[in-house]
Amino acid sequence: MATLGRACILLAFGIALYGIGASLYGARGPAGRRRAWAESGRRAVFALAGVLTVAFVVLEAAFLRSDFSFDVVATHSSTTTPTFYKGAAMWSSQEGSLLLWVWLLSLWSSVALVVARRRVREAQPYATAVLLGFAAFFGALLIFYADPFAISSPAPAEGAGLNPLLRHPSMMIHPPMLYSGYTLFTIPFAFAVGALAARRLDAEWIAVTRRFALAAWFLLGVGILLGARWSYVELGWGGYWGWDPVENASLMPWLTGTAFLHSAMIQEKRGMLKVWNVSLVLATGTLAILGTFLVRSGILDSIHAFGASTLGIPFLILIGLMVGGSVWLVASRRVGLRSEHRLDSLLSREAAFLLNNLVLVGLCFVIFWGTFFPLISEAVTGQKAAVGPPWFDRYTVPLALLLVLLAGIGPVIAWRRATAANLLRNFRLPVAAGVGMAALLAALGAASHPAALIMFAAAAFVLAAVGQEFWRGTRARRAMTRESPPAALAALVRRNRRRYGGYVVHAGIAVLFVGVAASSAFQHARDVRLSPGQTTRVGGYDVRYVRPTARLASEKISLGAVLDVRKHGRHVTTLRPTRGYYPSMDPSLGPVGRYFDGQATSEVGLRAGLRRDLWMAIEPDLSSLQPVVRDADRRFARARPDVQALVIAAVAARYERRPPPATFRIIISPLVTWIWLGALVVMAGALIALWPAPLALRRRASAGYAARVARELGRA
Amino acid sequence: MDPHRKRTIRLAVALSAAVLLAGALIYTSFSAATAARTPSQLARQASPGRSYQLTGKVVTGSIHHEGAVLLFRVRDRTGSTSVPVRYAGAVPDPFRDGREIIVDVRRQGTTFVGERDSLVTKCPSKFSASKRPGAA
Repeated sequence: MATLGRACILLAFGIALYGIGASLYGARGPAGRRRAWAESGRRAVFALAGVLTVAFVVLEAAFLRSDFSFDVVATHSSTTTPTFYKGAAMWSSQEGSLLLWVWLLSLWSSVALVVARRRVREAQPYATAVLLGFAAFFGALLIFYADPFAISSPAPAEGAGLNPLLRHPSMMIHPPMLYSGYTLFTIPFAFAVGALAARRLDAEWIAVTRRFALAAWFLLGVGILLGARWSYVELGWGGYWGWDPVENASLMPWLTGTAFLHSAMIQEKRGMLKVWNVSLVLATGTLAILGTFLVRSGILDSIHAFGASTLGIPFLILIGLMVGGSVWLVASRRVGLRSEHRLDSLLSREAAFLLNNLVLVGLCFVIFWGTFFPLISEAVTGQKAAVGPPWFDRYTVPLALLLVLLAGIGPVIAWRRATAANLLRNFRLPVAAGVGMAALLAALGAASHPAALIMFAAAAFVLAAVGQEFWRGTRARRAMTRESPPAALAALVRRNRRRYGGYVVHAGIAVLFVGVAASSAFQHARDVRLSPGQTTRVGGYDVRYVRPTARLASEKISLGAVLDVRKHGRHVTTLRPTRGYYPSMDPSLGPVGRYFDGQATSEVGLRAGLRRDLWMAIEPDLSSLQPVVRDADRRFARARPDVQALVIAAVAARYERRPPPATFRIIISPLVTWIWLGALVVMAGALIALWPAPLALRRRASAGYAARVARELGRA
Repeated sequence: MDPHRKRTIRLAVALSAAVLLAGALIYTSFSAATAARTPSQLARQASPGRSYQLTGKVVTGSIHHEGAVLLFRVRDRTGSTSVPVRYAGAVPDPFRDGREIIVDVRRQGTTFVGERDSLVTKCPSKFSASKRPGAA
């Protein structure tokens, strides 16, 4: 089977190279034969998807069968790994994740070429060549640098197992979501390059790829959210965002993608910001590749960087080509990219969108600078230095505040020029809501945290602005159709999915940032060492270490605690944080010691609520257990496995019987649940915007678009 | 006002703001950055009170608890020179003897005191894509 998989990769590489040649010849060759070659290049993408699907299935089947003759299976899975995680262990490896990347690229590219079949005909062959270029690059990596079908000979009887830290449901979906986002962002990139190369600089390439950009934004956002959730419940530090280079790598293309989704509207409606839009799309595609590079190269110190690899140079060459090619294309086509209109007024929706874009790109630049600062510092001063979360917060907090405020201004300010009457009519309620919220919270004592207070006020402003738009739209529809309010609201959203889906996203962002602001500003956290029976007080809660727990499962030893949580003497909840110790594969560490020298993961005790989360993690002190472990290792090193299992159980029982003190991290954090709820609202809004409009509306929209293209052609 | 002049003024204001912000970014990043150092570099020269980013491996058998404070030694990735570290705060799950870590520290006497919650442990090499002997 490994031979079949390897053959598929080789074939895929050959197909990609052929497709690039056919597409470019189809774009630039003799006129009579162009269409046939371009079509052949297009079909190469579908063939690529078919061949890579076979390779993907071969490797996935090897993981599910625990076929340790595949080197990548032996080093990333084991017979004791649960089936669900076996299926997902593929992308915990370098080789498997690169195969996943190129497979998703081939699938999304196929979908894009089907959707765009009869559109942007001149640009399409170039776009196909670019997409196949990415496929050829990743195919070459799989052939020359990270072969997923390498064979172990002889095959080991047991594998190393999946990294225990990754054994969390969200972590298993997180990489495919991120990679879907990254690969989907290459589609607008490819079509933008195609449009520039073919000098088709109207908004049609945007109309074709807008939905893919939105899908990329949505899936990358889901991936980022799942990563944050995993960090919160699995990593044992109690946070959801740490400005880690790999987290930042996924956020950067999401920010520029967000900017593009907004500014694309300006180009579609008013023919403005053409250079800006094309630059944003090219930057977003490049940042998506940069994100993959950061995770896979290990160039920056990160908990996610799985050691240094040899992939850095090829990725740097690709990124260099993308940046250089993009700059050359935009510079050489600048005349055709001139805006058709000028900004009429700074008090207009166009100006608000432009400011929103500047804030998003500013955020991206700050994050880029902070992430790559160790390399910048080394290049400038000769010494590596890093900036920490306080540095990021210094810039991102004010920019995030401004961004949330703009999420409320954008939907209600008028296009072209807002008059005083328009401003008064549209902003009276939102401003009153924002000011009222600020006054209320200040009266309740929140003024000590001004950034959080401003964020709450900005969120109230956004929610009022969005609510006002829904209310006005529903009222207008009811006046025309006499529908009931729910029916009018549903019809309003159904007929204007992009607009109202966007408003829902804005409301979700406001809710999400309320959660971020509250949990950052009003959190109570404490690290405390307790023995059974002792109590500590954190954030008004009394937490009592009732008793230790010890459990032996097939794969790990779990040591934990039962914690009784009370407030004002009344029982609130009982939490059971544990720490799981997974055995090392190194037999020299002894039958018991290998558990405590292997990987450990936290299973936090969490009571989540709308008002606050009670979050607790334990770190048992194993020093008193070490002599017992060493003694057991010495005496039972050659014992039968069943005897060794009994000894391990006895060691765990001893911990429960004579528990040493344990260190607890206790966090009382308000409104964390709002982050996850806000994200769900954002996703719901994105799905509304993504959902295809009814056929009749599409026809009407495309008729309007055709009229606009005709006007543009007439002007040319 | 003449529209061309208006646009020029807007562009000048925007560019000035961008230059100012970029200047602030560069200045603050260089002044707030924590220099990355190995244990042998810190052992040779470390100014008291200044923050450093210490990178290295946890010395086997050196981890001890003193209340909620964690005591351990960090050695060079390839070498035996080590420095003592006192740390309080979140301890990442992969933290263990022999693991590669990064922690922000300040010198206090002969010990290096870790900044709260700054400890990062890299994933163990067991889970990296290392080749097994005999792999085809």
